[in-house]
Amino acid sequence: MNFWLVLTANSVTFGGLLFLLSAGFSLIFGLMRIPNLTHGSLFMLGAYVGATFVVGLLGFQLNFWLAAILATLAVAAVGALAERLLLRRLPGDQLAQVLVTLGLSFMAADFCLMVWGGDPLNIATPGGLGGFVRFGVMVFPAYRLAIIVIAIVVAVGLWLLLDRTRLGAMIRAGVDDPDMARVVGIRVSQLFTVVFALGAGLAAFAGIIGGPILSVYPGLDQDMLPLALVVVILGGSGSLLGSFVGSIIVGFIYNFGQALLPELAYFVLFMPMLLVLLLRPQGLFGRHVP
Amino acid sequence: MSARLIALGIAFATLVTVPYWMPGDYYINVASQILFYAIFALGLNVLVGYAGLVSLGHAGLFGIAAYATAYMLQTGYGHTAAIVVALIVGIASMAVYAVLSLRSTGIGFIMITLALGEILWGLAYRWISLTGGDNGISVRTRPEPFGFSLASPNTFYYTTLIIFLLSVAAMAVLVRSPFGASLMGTRDQPRRMNALGYHVWMIRFYACLVSGLLTAVSGILFVYYTQFISPQTLALTSSAEVLLMVISGGAGTLLGPIVGATLVVVVKTVVSGFIERWNFLLGAVFVAIVILMPEGLVPGSARLWRLAWRKLNAPAKTAATEGEP
Repeated sequence: MNFWLVLTANSVTFGGLLFLLSAGFSLIFGLMRIPNLTHGSLFMLGAYVGATFVVGLLGFQLNFWLAAILATLAVAAVGALAERLLLRRLPGDQLAQVLVTLGLSFMAADFCLMVWGGDPLNIATPGGLGGFVRFGVMVFPAYRLAIIVIAIVVAVGLWLLLDRTRLGAMIRAGVDDPDMARVVGIRVSQLFTVVFALGAGLAAFAGIIGGPILSVYPGLDQDMLPLALVVVILGGSGSLLGSFVGSIIVGFIYNFGQALLPELAYFVLFMPMLLVLLLRPQGLFGRHVP
Repeated sequence: MSARLIALGIAFATLVTVPYWMPGDYYINVASQILFYAIFALGLNVLVGYAGLVSLGHAGLFGIAAYATAYMLQTGYGHTAAIVVALIVGIASMAVYAVLSLRSTGIGFIMITLALGEILWGLAYRWISLTGGDNGISVRTRPEPFGFSLASPNTFYYTTLIIFLLSVAAMAVLVRSPFGASLMGTRDQPRRMNALGYHVWMIRFYACLVSGLLTAVSGILFVYYTQFISPQTLALTSSAEVLLMVISGGAGTLLGPIVGATLVVVVKTVVSGFIERWNFLLGAVFVAIVILMPEGLVPGSARLWRLAWRKLNAPAKTAATEGEP
């Protein structure tokens, strides 16, 4: 019985992490209409940069949370730069934009290999969260609970941002109908930069927060990108609720698939996505078909 | 037209005599690689260039044919059976792949094919009892059709060359055929084609099958060339590499994918001799080509050539028109 409970709890934790990763992916997809293939790389880059701060490779060691914030800001800046300097040059040419993000993801992967080498980096669990929490007979690592709490806080924060602020209203307008948003005076191309930076930052944040349980290694980007893709196809692009529900579903499928059918884990992971594509191409909560 | 014939003759003579003027076996092997990657690129070009459908999962299909060959040989079947089964498996997988991905076009098509490619990679990597996982499967021997052994670099090169020439000829016929015209119609004006009574989905499906056949053929040549197959062959990087061949050479042209395959294989072979960072360069070239020369090298240089030609001829022509009353 305990096995199932632990598996369930791990699935929820992983789902929370996936939500941090895929919320930005979904917003970028919803607004710019492109699957950002650098998203896995941004996740990995965030994890590496954060690990560098935590381990103290630069000569000074930082507190985990401070390192997480710094890594998030750094990667958000990288994302904004990539959007401004490269994607901006290909306005309206979504195919070319996707290919540019693909090229960038290879460059990022090799860059990380060059700087941080091929050995996995382990990030120590932040102080105070190394222990366990007891629920009756069940024992659960405190850090995994913290990830769930962080994911919920970020989800609420993002929802407030999108639903209650002027910027959020502009983003929603851009997702629903970019042309009409332009007509009423919203500078959609500036929103692109903001959303891209936001998505990059969230991915990097997920990377460092996930560091203590996933560790950081070359190929992490290729492991995470398909997951984000599945979440967004399941949930529907541009929908926050969609990424939340999709993340939890994928978190469960991924963990249960790994535990019960390790040889077919990938197949099991992608089956629901194919089903959704066949039966409801816009995703569970999406508005438009990609 | 005669200039084109002469160029074709020179190219043909060059290809046929490769083993005589190449300095060593190593270079003949590089030439073989160029040829089977060119077949792969021609296959992807059917979709990317002529159908306007960008597939990011083609390495998975390439890998299925290669794995099928290796698996059949491993279980003790002969080369003929292995090749026939690999072709059938390759085309059947392409049919499934097409049915799933052709529900969408544009970005949707990219995403579905990307996901399908990742599934195939994941299966190759994880389904250890079938594929050997990361250890891959080795192929011990190359076939000996009619007692003609393909074990040496020269004989393998000539076999690959024959299949390559057949593929190019088939593509040339296909592009000029009514089917080729309707395929390009579905790329440029799908709604109009539909209104004219063409079955757009079916035309795209047939294009996928053609692409799948060429991909499977190149996959079989690949596994016989390296005599080894592992999940790395199916990775997204491999799909991107072949897409780069098509795009850098010029999608939607006959010559483009061949030029692109030559470029990518040569750069990769030469560069990996000096530095390990092939992926960084691959990514950078990708970004540069998409931003600077989105049409590809072949149409790009053809345009420059025409421009120069016109510049050279322009004074004479204007003089002639001015001379007339």
